[in-house]
Amino acid sequence: MKAIIDIKALKKDYHVGEVTVHALRGVDLEIRQGEFVAIMGASGSGKSTMLNIIGCLDRPTEGTYLLDGVDVAGMSKNESAMIRNLKIGFVFQSYNLLSRTSALENVELPLMYNPYVKAKERRERAIASLEAVGLADRMDHMPNQLSGGQQQRVAIARSLVNDPVVILADEATGNLDTRTSYEIMSLFQELNRKGKTIVFVTHEADIARCMTRNVVFRDGHIIKEEEITNRLYAAEMINALPVEEE
Amino acid sequence: MNLGNLIKVAINALKRNKMRSFLTMLGIIIGVASVITMLAIGQGSRKSIQDQIASMGSNMLFVMPGNMRMGGVQQGSSVSQRLTVKDVDAIEMECEAVTAVSPEVRSSGQAVYGNSNWPTTIYGGNEHYLEIKSWKVVSGRNITDTEAKSSAKVCLVGRTVADELFGEGVDPTGETVRFKNIPFRIIGVLGEKGQNSFGQDQDDVIIAPYTTVQKRILAQTHIQSVQMSARSAEESALAQSQVEEVLRRTHKLREDEDNDFEIRSQEELSTTMTSVTEILTILLGAIAGISLLVGGIGIMNIMYVSVTERTREIGLRMSIGGRSVDILLQFLIESILLSVFGGLIGILVGFGASSIVEALTSWPISVMWGSVILSFAVCTVIGVFFGWYPARRASGLDPIDALRFE
Repeated sequence: MKAIIDIKALKKDYHVGEVTVHALRGVDLEIRQGEFVAIMGASGSGKSTMLNIIGCLDRPTEGTYLLDGVDVAGMSKNESAMIRNLKIGFVFQSYNLLSRTSALENVELPLMYNPYVKAKERRERAIASLEAVGLADRMDHMPNQLSGGQQQRVAIARSLVNDPVVILADEATGNLDTRTSYEIMSLFQELNRKGKTIVFVTHEADIARCMTRNVVFRDGHIIKEEEITNRLYAAEMINALPVEEE
Repeated sequence: MNLGNLIKVAINALKRNKMRSFLTMLGIIIGVASVITMLAIGQGSRKSIQDQIASMGSNMLFVMPGNMRMGGVQQGSSVSQRLTVKDVDAIEMECEAVTAVSPEVRSSGQAVYGNSNWPTTIYGGNEHYLEIKSWKVVSGRNITDTEAKSSAKVCLVGRTVADELFGEGVDPTGETVRFKNIPFRIIGVLGEKGQNSFGQDQDDVIIAPYTTVQKRILAQTHIQSVQMSARSAEESALAQSQVEEVLRRTHKLREDEDNDFEIRSQEELSTTMTSVTEILTILLGAIAGISLLVGGIGIMNIMYVSVTERTREIGLRMSIGGRSVDILLQFLIESILLSVFGGLIGILVGFGASSIVEALTSWPISVMWGSVILSFAVCTVIGVFFGWYPARRASGLDPIDALRFE
């Protein structure tokens, strides 16, 4: 499988006043197509910085980063914006849906920034994307009429709509209860099974066990990389949960 | 993002906060409406004054006696007897910019017909007098040249005098009216002029040959003023200087002596009268302009709040591929839409308010298209100007910080 993300000797320094903070101190990471990678670590370990750089929201101080074969490390802000629009799908912990805007319009949003997608195609792709996350019957609902899990599904649909090469999820199950987070994880596993490459930041061990590989950060280094052999399946985990009392 | 999408996004954002958008627009609506209405009122009152002054005469000039010295004693203008018919003749002969000239003498007194009587003023002039003063004869005829020179006991009466002495709407032509015991045969009735801008009834007049008034009523040889028409409004100033030259000569004034007469023109009167309303219009317009400015600041304020409130939205838009320029344009278009829509509604309200004022005051109020175009242009500029800073701030946000903003 070809490498979607190819990072070599990546460093990131922040200057906070006089002090220089070394957030990443030389990281090599390769993520191939079809992988489902968990990025783990305590807060301050550099995992958020890593995700921001992978997502082209931030630029590395040193090192190389090829995304889908393209060198994105030295891109201008506008070029990065275009890469984000065409190649990356974000899913956030707090959903970040536009309030008082229907699910369908929320999902359409990334395509609005793509000048080559016309209104009709935009709508069709947004509908297809919502169908893929199982919300075909909730398209006209506003975010405040949806449950947390449903809102996160809308957010996932939004990240899928531009058919990105990688989906970046930042603690996407962090705001959800156990059952709902398993449901969301089950959706991610389903997408991964269909071939989507997913990078998922989490600190929950059971969620991380659902993925194909775990990468653990500490103090700006990768301290552990582990292929998951006895992978968990979220759909089965839901069945294993005690039946909720009505 | 292309412009169509940007406008769509901006409209959606405004629709999400309908009440707030409306209240923000209200500042602009009131500002534009008041600018338009104030300027329309100013224009209307000016036009109404100009119409009234035009009704006083056509390109009229008049000479009044001025201050003068008599044996070292400064005399008031009212006692001056320096204007005579000779001056009138000299002006008629020599001033080519003056097309018609007439002496004027006047006297107040009681007009009597049968058992009705009415206090009024008799004006004496020659055959040009009516033309100079823009009087129309609705019945009968004007004074003739011969009558003017021969102290004929004929007169024309204004509508008010006719109504008071003979009854509403009666045509008194051919009747005889007595003024200070002198019988005058009425040869014509004057058309109505209505009140002048001082509230004086211009139809309360009797007009007779100047010789008659001079000799039979006042028993004097001087005249009270000279009334003239200039060839055109533009030549009013030229006529004025020609008349001054002639009168200085006929009055035998030395180089260093001041004029013993004063020349006034309708132009001057009109300028003086309208300058007051012009100042008032500017003042009202300026106050209205300030309210427009305050409306603009209101937009800036709301846009500022909106940027802070929507920081996460901005972060999200950036993370899904929005460039800085897209964010800048989105907020700029929002503020332009607010001000332009507000401006459009304000123009409609301004038209409405103007026609209400027109109905209440019966001034000929006309909304100036210039003011409409101006306010609209100002609105757009306000939108850009006051939207720029908040939009700039939004577009300068760092997506990572914006996404994490609580």
